[in-house]
Amino acid sequence: MEQLLEQLASGLANGAIYACVALALVMIYVSTDHLNFAQGEMAMFSTYISWQLMNWGLNFWVAFVLAVGISFVLGVTIERMILRPLHKAPVLSVVVVFIGLLAICNSMAGAIWSYLIKEFPTPFPKSTFGIAGVIGPHQLGVVLVTLFVLSLLFMFFRYTPLGLAMRAAAQNPQMARLVGVRVDWMLALGWGLAAAVGSVAGIMVAHIVYLDPNMMGGILLYAFASALIGGIGNPAGAVVGGFIVGVLENMVAYTGNMIEKETGVYIIGNGEKLTVALIIVIFVLTVKPAGLFGRVVVKRV
Amino acid sequence: MAALLQVDGLRAFYGKTQVLYDLGFEIADGGITTLLGANGAGKTTTLRAICNMVQTEGMVRFAGENIVGQPTEEIVRHRIAHVPEGRGTFTSLTVGENLRIAAYTIKDKASVKNELERVFTYFPRLRERVQQQAGTLSGGEQQMLAIARALMLKPRLMLLDEPSFGLAPLIVVEIFRILRRINEEEGVSILLVEQNAALALDLADYAYVLETGRVVMSDRAAVVKNDENIRKSYLGY
Repeated sequence: MEQLLEQLASGLANGAIYACVALALVMIYVSTDHLNFAQGEMAMFSTYISWQLMNWGLNFWVAFVLAVGISFVLGVTIERMILRPLHKAPVLSVVVVFIGLLAICNSMAGAIWSYLIKEFPTPFPKSTFGIAGVIGPHQLGVVLVTLFVLSLLFMFFRYTPLGLAMRAAAQNPQMARLVGVRVDWMLALGWGLAAAVGSVAGIMVAHIVYLDPNMMGGILLYAFASALIGGIGNPAGAVVGGFIVGVLENMVAYTGNMIEKETGVYIIGNGEKLTVALIIVIFVLTVKPAGLFGRVVVKRV
Repeated sequence: MAALLQVDGLRAFYGKTQVLYDLGFEIADGGITTLLGANGAGKTTTLRAICNMVQTEGMVRFAGENIVGQPTEEIVRHRIAHVPEGRGTFTSLTVGENLRIAAYTIKDKASVKNELERVFTYFPRLRERVQQQAGTLSGGEQQMLAIARALMLKPRLMLLDEPSFGLAPLIVVEIFRILRRINEEEGVSILLVEQNAALALDLADYAYVLETGRVVMSDRAAVVKNDENIRKSYLGY
């Protein structure tokens, strides 16, 4: 029982990470119809920035805030300088650019900080935090921090005029222009926010997976799955999807372990949890192609 | 009355296809002007050209300033409100959000509430539906929402593209009555594009008739309405 709770807790912590990256993917997807394959590598790069800042002697949280801020600026810059000129380019050109960005981020991080795996600190105190035996301090911290960031974003989109303008621009760009929204800047802002949310995920997960230029590869895959299972056009769905996938993969591994313990037969273990989780995702999508929360917008003509 | 909008030598293109040929017309400040003509005459394109939503050349002078070449979102800031064909509803936003988004260019956020109240006096039905997803409104309600949203911009000029399209006659009458009130009470000038010429001529005080991207005639609405030749040759009724 305790092991089950443990697995559940660590699933939630992983899920929080997937939720952030999935949300970053969805934010760009809803406004541009593109899936940013470089999202994970951008987050990895941001994580290196925060590592560098800490290496220069800054406190974890100062480095965290600065790195998130820098990621935001980088995201806006990438949109304005690289994607803006491709505004009318065919989808495939954009995809190639995303893959290029992925490769550039990856090799630049390797060139600047080397490919050696680095340890990444956790800001959460060991003893006074967490629920002993069930959820570790870092896991609980990750969940709290991501939930805080996600609710900030939710409030921003729901209650501020700028958030409303961004939603309007994503939904109907031409009409948004007709009420005076500078749609181009809204897209850039969306990229900035996506990069910022991604960086939160990177910095939070680095303590678990260690810091190296390929740390986000698997996570991006999980995030894609999360976004799809939640409904690719639905930000809230992506967040819930992240938690579902996170818990699901751990439950798969847990079940495998239990079966092995009971019967002595090895069927699935930690090595296969990604595969099985993705099989379940594919199954869900065949039954509900729009994702679990993929809302069909009611439209009357 | 002085002209609020002066259009001269207006040419518009979709890619290489020219749609408007040296179009010229004027809108009196405080007046209601209508553009009439058959399908494909260039009525919608003219509205789109004013807002720089198509490739445009020539002169569009609004309150003395040439606005050709300015981006759409800047032209809106001159207080030109465009109610596009198909109404441009933000279907996944609520009715209230659809209205508040139009106050985006208004700096004084305190006045937005007053604006909303003022808009609701014209469209009381929208007040009841403030929390509702806009995509679930009926066609007539969406048209009202589109006009209400345009009104939130505190416009000096309203461009209306076929507000009667696809609506029941009773709703159309109601909407046109509201347009008349908006014109009289708010002093908003209106440029109206309509398929339904009889309806448009009742509301407007001046009319231009377009054919294949050119103005073929213009006169006071009352004159056009009573001229059987014009009606038969251009307006088809």
